[in-house]
Amino acid sequence: MFSGKPFGGRSRLMIENDTPDKRVFRSGKKSLSFRRMKPQDLLHPRPEGLYCPPGDFFIDPVRPVDRALITHAHADHARAGHSSVLATRETLDIMRLRYGKDFAESRQTAAYGETIDLGGVVVSFHPAGHVLGSAQIAVEANGLRIVASGDYKRHLDATCAPFEPVRCDVFITEATFGLPVFVHPAPEAETARLIASLAQFPERAHIVGAYSLGKAQRIISLLRAGGHDAPILIHGALAKISRYYQGQGIRLGRLEPATVEEGAGTRAAGQIVVAPPSVLGDRWTRRFADPLSVFASGWMRIRQRARQRGVELPLILSDHADWNELTATIRETGAGEVWVTHGREEALVRWCELNGIAARPLNLIGYEDEAE
Amino acid sequence: MRRFSELLDRLVLTPSRNGKLRLLTDYFAGVPDPDRGHALAALTGGLDFPSVKPAMLRALVMERMDEVLFAYSYDYVGDLAETISLVWPAPESVDEVEAPALGHVVETLSRVSRSDAPTVIAGLLDRLDPSARFALIKLATGGMRIGVSARLAKQALAALGGRDVGEIEELWHGLEQPYETLFAWLEGRAGKPESAARALFRPVMLAHPVGEGDLERLDPAEYVAEWKWDGIRVQAVSEGGVKRLYSRTGDDISGAFPDLVAAFGGDVALDGELLVGDPIVRTGSFSDLQQRLNRKTVSKRMLADYPVFMRCYDLLHWEGEDLRQRAFEERRAVLEKVVPALDRHRFDLSPLVAFSRWDELDGLRRDPPHPVIEGVMLKRRDAVYSPGRPKGPWFKWKRDPFIVDAVLMYAQRGHGKRSSYYSDYTFGVWAGAEDDLQLVPVGKAYFGFTDEELKLIDKYVRDNTVERFGPVRSVRAEPGHGLVLEVAFEGLNRSTRHKSGVAMRFPRISRLRWDKPAAEADRIETLTALLAE
Ligand SMILES: [Zn+2]
Repeated sequence: MFSGKPFGGRSRLMIENDTPDKRVFRSGKKSLSFRRMKPQDLLHPRPEGLYCPPGDFFIDPVRPVDRALITHAHADHARAGHSSVLATRETLDIMRLRYGKDFAESRQTAAYGETIDLGGVVVSFHPAGHVLGSAQIAVEANGLRIVASGDYKRHLDATCAPFEPVRCDVFITEATFGLPVFVHPAPEAETARLIASLAQFPERAHIVGAYSLGKAQRIISLLRAGGHDAPILIHGALAKISRYYQGQGIRLGRLEPATVEEGAGTRAAGQIVVAPPSVLGDRWTRRFADPLSVFASGWMRIRQRARQRGVELPLILSDHADWNELTATIRETGAGEVWVTHGREEALVRWCELNGIAARPLNLIGYEDEAE
Repeated sequence: MRRFSELLDRLVLTPSRNGKLRLLTDYFAGVPDPDRGHALAALTGGLDFPSVKPAMLRALVMERMDEVLFAYSYDYVGDLAETISLVWPAPESVDEVEAPALGHVVETLSRVSRSDAPTVIAGLLDRLDPSARFALIKLATGGMRIGVSARLAKQALAALGGRDVGEIEELWHGLEQPYETLFAWLEGRAGKPESAARALFRPVMLAHPVGEGDLERLDPAEYVAEWKWDGIRVQAVSEGGVKRLYSRTGDDISGAFPDLVAAFGGDVALDGELLVGDPIVRTGSFSDLQQRLNRKTVSKRMLADYPVFMRCYDLLHWEGEDLRQRAFEERRAVLEKVVPALDRHRFDLSPLVAFSRWDELDGLRRDPPHPVIEGVMLKRRDAVYSPGRPKGPWFKWKRDPFIVDAVLMYAQRGHGKRSSYYSDYTFGVWAGAEDDLQLVPVGKAYFGFTDEELKLIDKYVRDNTVERFGPVRSVRAEPGHGLVLEVAFEGLNRSTRHKSGVAMRFPRISRLRWDKPAAEADRIETLTALLAE
């Protein structure tokens, strides 16, 4: 079993965003010999997740492993039971909130931009703009740099640090919304529709289904920015994480518990209730006044998705990059090769081909749409 | 255009009737002329732009993007109009100020020639956001299905102006788009628009089914009875040289029945049943009549093989006088003078059925003298003609108590020769409050229709699929949109296995009711009442 100091020495050297080939590579004590390696020798998929043989670690493994680097705290990326975990402070904090303090035997914090040497492989974490603490992970050895994006987005989000593009040789991009049909509208316009509906249907409780980590806090933050100052009711599943966000200085205004039994069918008329998407249409909503179901998700771009779920007010609000963000980001990384994962790989691979960029789907298993 | 597309998006997803009414009323109150009037025309099916075809739109988008990426997108979204609206490569930001108004779009579309249409449509699409692009495409290609009936739109207008919907329906055919005089009247800025057009539709009076215990409370002497003929309800109106034939919902169906329209005139509004045949010789069945339904044009051969006539049972207007406020007996007396003066091969009088006791009438109802009779109608002698379905003055009492109008909910692929067809149907009837109707499944049937009808239902299922679960598709079924199936069955058992609490014995599809609005299918109470017997 792995014990002691799990992750290698660190250096304060920041990775410079110049072209990969001219980059000066100096880090760590045990640098491998300076010889360009094949990308798949540096990172490749295994059933547990994306594996780095020279550094002997996994990125976002879906099964318990010795050493895990975790991009962000969403459940399908951050699982409990690894021996040691390296992640941003916020990601570690949220994992502790979710899984308890013993979610891993040892934990190590990675600050954005800081480089860490793992057996001659230099890794660094960079803001992904997805949720609080989310990171892309850059992995570099022998002059080859691969960036695993994790989940990311480029739309501004007041609840987390904005995405920073990192130049690299190979970019591993998510593709949750990897189809040209997905172009997310401005988030403020979406929350404005919710605020307008409250005025139009003041006798109804507006139940907003939003993923409990990230989306829920983001929509509350957007509502506050849009001038909605009234207390917002939140489902118990959101309470701890929302409190944590507030502790990190993110302004969410007054939040009140929605999980109170009394007042069957009469509660929260004209108010906003934020809850996990799974409760929409569930018995849980019966305590509220003529509930109007709202779902904040990138999937709401497709009418059929809204109809299937019985959503009355779909808000197209996503924490994942849309088609334009995906393609713009691929260009900005300067990557000559793109690996596409979880989502609609084939369309993004096609786009890369059309634009003269080598691309292939990376068939990772175990990642879901995470109720996006 | 943005307000309009938002309205459409909300209407589609709002299940309750009251919610839809609020959305419509707020829209009409908040949007200026002429846009709201154009929206009203779109909602009531009054717009038609023949120059724009879906294939042209597809060609436009293929000029602008990779065909493989389009194919992936279309495969994922499933709806051509929606796919195009989403993938259309619009300029970076769509400026709200510059986005064309609905009125501009409607006027542009109505003037554009077929050859200019591609350029003009592309220019409009470039200036709209995805939701408005979808609305534009649906508007232009006539594929607007938003679960709102023309009647609901008129009810929203009634609510806006604090008027009765009957007043609006009566004015309706005399109004012109974009309805500025109508809005001015509803907002109290002008008087009631004069009915400039002639031969307007009068909203029809409908009957309640006879329910358990209804007749015990009624005096047979106060009612007259007529046979209930199995045709379709029509209204024939002639005024000032203009002649029109209307369906029960006020659609102008004159074009489909030129033989009947040619056979009347003068100053008259008749209410009756459209049937196939010649009243002197024979009355044809409903399946004969179906040969004449849902056709825009009609061939000479069709006119000769399936002539239609009207069996008249009420008179709403005669020689300058509105008769609707007069008692049934008085209207009937005038009707008995008017009908014999008309073409005898095209018009006859619905005969009265003499009876003195309910059980006597019950016997006649169960054993009618003609196969095209499906029961009896009861009309109170002193009742005025009031639009809608007032409880009390009119009843329908069907011959076969085991017939129900249900709505198609799910369809499953058949076996063998039918394996490429959706041929097994699950249907439901309405439950819940009037403004919150829900379908409860009551049975499943896989025969009773012809091969031709199977093809039509199969197409309907494919065009209206909501979800797929293996071999089963759920079909759009809501008050404003759905296929009504007349289901015949041998009896009814109580069932704890079915959510509805009833199980049908040997159900079969006895008829497809393309003509019947889904909201008017039967309610679960109709079935549970049968259990009591
Ligand atoms: Zn995520």
